[in-house]
Amino acid sequence: MQIYFWAFVVGGLICVIGQLLFDVAKLTPAHTMSTLVVAGAILDGFGLYEPLIDFAGAGATVPITSFGNALVHGAMAEAEQHGLVGIITGIFEVTSAGISAAIIFGFLASLVFKPKG
Amino acid sequence: MLHGHQTWEFHNKPYILSSAAVGGPFEGKGPLANDFDILHGDTWLGQDSFEKAEKKLFEQACEKAIEKAGLKKEDIQFFLAGDLLNQIISSSFTARTLSVPYLGLFGACSTSMEALALGALIVNSHSAEHVLCGAVSHNSSVEKQFRYPTEYGGQKPPTAQWTATAAGVAVLGKTGTGPRVTAATIGRVVDMGLSDPFNMGAAMAPAAVDTIEAHFRDLGRTFDDYDLVATGDLAKVGLPIAKDLLEKHGFKAPDHFVDCGMMIYGKDQPVIAGASGAGCSAAVTYGHILNRLRRGELKRVLIVATGALLSPLSFQQKESIPCIAHGVVIENI
Repeated sequence: MQIYFWAFVVGGLICVIGQLLFDVAKLTPAHTMSTLVVAGAILDGFGLYEPLIDFAGAGATVPITSFGNALVHGAMAEAEQHGLVGIITGIFEVTSAGISAAIIFGFLASLVFKPKG
Repeated sequence: MLHGHQTWEFHNKPYILSSAAVGGPFEGKGPLANDFDILHGDTWLGQDSFEKAEKKLFEQACEKAIEKAGLKKEDIQFFLAGDLLNQIISSSFTARTLSVPYLGLFGACSTSMEALALGALIVNSHSAEHVLCGAVSHNSSVEKQFRYPTEYGGQKPPTAQWTATAAGVAVLGKTGTGPRVTAATIGRVVDMGLSDPFNMGAAMAPAAVDTIEAHFRDLGRTFDDYDLVATGDLAKVGLPIAKDLLEKHGFKAPDHFVDCGMMIYGKDQPVIAGASGAGCSAAVTYGHILNRLRRGELKRVLIVATGALLSPLSFQQKESIPCIAHGVVIENI
């Protein structure tokens, strides 16, 4: 039961940070999103994002910061096996499923739906 | 003709022979629905892009206004129009359809009154029998150009305004019947350094005040000389700022000082601060306000259309927003 609570709190707090970047720092929606992705990447670079996932579960994996974490995670894992080239090949190692899914489902949706304006 | 510093008085008092307003589905749910000549149930208007739909809105408003005046398009000497899309394509493409001699205008949301002022000047100086003037905007095409595409679903702050899907057109004539255009005050560009395209009302309020004060000064009038003074479109954020500024300068803003951007939609419609767009003040003036003049409910009105003269490029380069307002007096004589 506790994991649900912390998922709610941590996930919510990440969104609060996003809302503050948007409202207070006056970032555009795209800048807000990119900032959160970069923040996730940096946290994982210091090895801090995994403990956050262990602690808050989906509260840390669902927000966009998790995408930054996944980018760095894949790159570091591949780098351990293949050296420097692994950084290049590894960036999309973990995230490829998410990116491909976004492209495929986005395409399918565009075939069916028409924006209402 | 020139009266004071920046005001024209039209001694021949050109007639507004007819006018037409065309709106979209959201406008049809608003309190002014009965003042529209044509309302569409679908924002696409049967077209395959929102830009084409905007052009269609304008074409229909022009056709309707000419038809209501009992004229044919061959009877119109000049077409004065503008819109908010890049290179004012909606107006130019409508002019292509009409094939009437055309002057394209850009004054952002102040275009409606810029066109009416210049149209009245042309008719007043015997340079034309009939002039067609108007403005148009479409929510989905304009939001895409100046803010984000509506499909993007970006959050909007509480100061943001909602671009109206509407077109307003009027036919001016030298002789005939109808409300008459008696004066116009051309505004200057005012820039108070605001740069947030989600808070245009606050940026435009000083321009509206500048033009209203110039108008009162040039003609020696006050709010009491008008049954209605309507800005377009300052909305909920800009109108109180304009009232405060006027009060500081010694003009007490009365209850009949209103804003077109707060009239077109109802309280239950989620438009945040209110409406905006070149078509908003055009449709409210040429629909609702002219209908009230024709019914005799109003005798003399001053419409002050305000425009934010930014471009997407100037915004990206972090420029502030220069603003303008033009005032036109319409009265029953």
